[in-house]
Amino acid sequence: MGIVGEMLSYPFLVRAFVGGILISLCAALLGVSLVLKRYSMIGDGLSHVSFGALSIAIAIGWSPLAVSLPVVALAAFFLLRLTENSKVKSDAAIGMISASSLAIGIVATSLTTGMTTDVSSYMFGSILAMSRGDVALSAVLSLVVLGLFVFSYHKIFAVTFDESFAKATGVKVEFYNIMTAMLTAVAIVLGMRMMGAMLISSLIIFPSLTAMRLFKSFRGVVWCSGVLSALCFCIGMVLSYRLSTPAGASVVLVNLAAFAMFSLVGLTVKKK
Amino acid sequence: MKPFIICEHVGFGYENQDAVVDLSLEVEPGDYLCIVGANGSGKSTLVKGILGLLKPTSGKLAVAEELRRSGIGYLPQQTAAQKDFPATVYEVVVSGTLSRRGNRPFYSKREKSLAGRNMERLGIYGLRRQCYRELSGGQQQRVLIARALCATKQMLILDEPITGLDPAAIQGFYRLVKELNQNDGITIIMVSHDIHNVVTQANKVLHMQQRALFYGSAADYRKSAAGREFLGEGPEG
Repeated sequence: MGIVGEMLSYPFLVRAFVGGILISLCAALLGVSLVLKRYSMIGDGLSHVSFGALSIAIAIGWSPLAVSLPVVALAAFFLLRLTENSKVKSDAAIGMISASSLAIGIVATSLTTGMTTDVSSYMFGSILAMSRGDVALSAVLSLVVLGLFVFSYHKIFAVTFDESFAKATGVKVEFYNIMTAMLTAVAIVLGMRMMGAMLISSLIIFPSLTAMRLFKSFRGVVWCSGVLSALCFCIGMVLSYRLSTPAGASVVLVNLAAFAMFSLVGLTVKKK
Repeated sequence: MKPFIICEHVGFGYENQDAVVDLSLEVEPGDYLCIVGANGSGKSTLVKGILGLLKPTSGKLAVAEELRRSGIGYLPQQTAAQKDFPATVYEVVVSGTLSRRGNRPFYSKREKSLAGRNMERLGIYGLRRQCYRELSGGQQQRVLIARALCATKQMLILDEPITGLDPAAIQGFYRLVKELNQNDGITIIMVSHDIHNVVTQANKVLHMQQRALFYGSAADYRKSAAGREFLGEGPEG
């Protein structure tokens, strides 16, 4: 416990903890719905788009958040449309968009500032990235995401489980799909500077997959993935401080370990 | 009594492609209507139209005010995603009450007890804490009917409900639907491929191929040309 106290004596680490826990929570909750609807690739696609937008913002000298938030939200809208339209093979299209955004980002950077440590910190994350303003913004947006999620929890369940039935009973399915995609976009933009563009999608996918190994109710999966996500983030941060490893990658590895552990327990429970 | 649903020369289409052409039918309270036809003959499109998810491109489709208020219970075709969905039986059933709720974020006592009653009615109350994906096909179908009954008291629309059920479960399923129709007076519209069973169950049959090849009572259908061909009895048999 001593090490946590020591970490919390640094203001930038306190900021990283607060922002990170809130973002992990949001990403995990949204992830449950995305993973179950087979939309996990949207998260991955969005993080790459976010990297492209960020690099261009830096190159022009604009505020990174102000540029990437609307761009990623727009991309979320289009990716959702792509996934809903079965004529287009959406996994291929998302792969294409990911690579293109990444390429645009890299070219924009190399034409202006060159590949600096800044760019590498966007790709793989940095705990120093959270300024005071960023934390405030993350906190507000995260609370909005959490509030909306709690408020429309049952509708999100209905839309996730059975879109056709939900539509027939008068739920505005389109609206909830777009809302989920938008909120995901927000969570990704906020989280990617700390976690890194390459790693942020794991915050969305891992917790719900891990929770599904053991839990059999939707409510159980939602609770477990939220708690697990925040916990894994904290453990990852402590390890990263202790071993001087990058924060984002450490958090992902802790998530992987949790997944392995849950799978193992799940298998032994099933055998009995 | 006034009919629940009246279609007069109604047509549906997607982007200059007709799916349903010039179709007329009436569904009266207590009917058991079965819609049969080959793949792509417009059956599911018609169902979407009746549910109000598609606007007719021509003709008139009227749904009785009474039915509009009480709602239609819908049993869609199962999707692949549902097969490994972590949800308890109770969570699935209670989600059927959503249409009654407006924008309130949580379920009230009345909605919870409605879900409980419908689970008892279908004999799945004992399974309510079980995981949906671990149930047999027949049990899953009962869960989905209980959910649909939470959304309606008067009409169920079933879209290819027996796909993926084993033969014993299919017979059980038909018995269940028949009971709901006869004992509880619930109007049934069923889309099905299972023509041989259907003509013994339903009182009305609609055989469609974009337009109606046959529409009338189940007894007449067996004697009609379309029915004989589809039943595999040949024009003379």
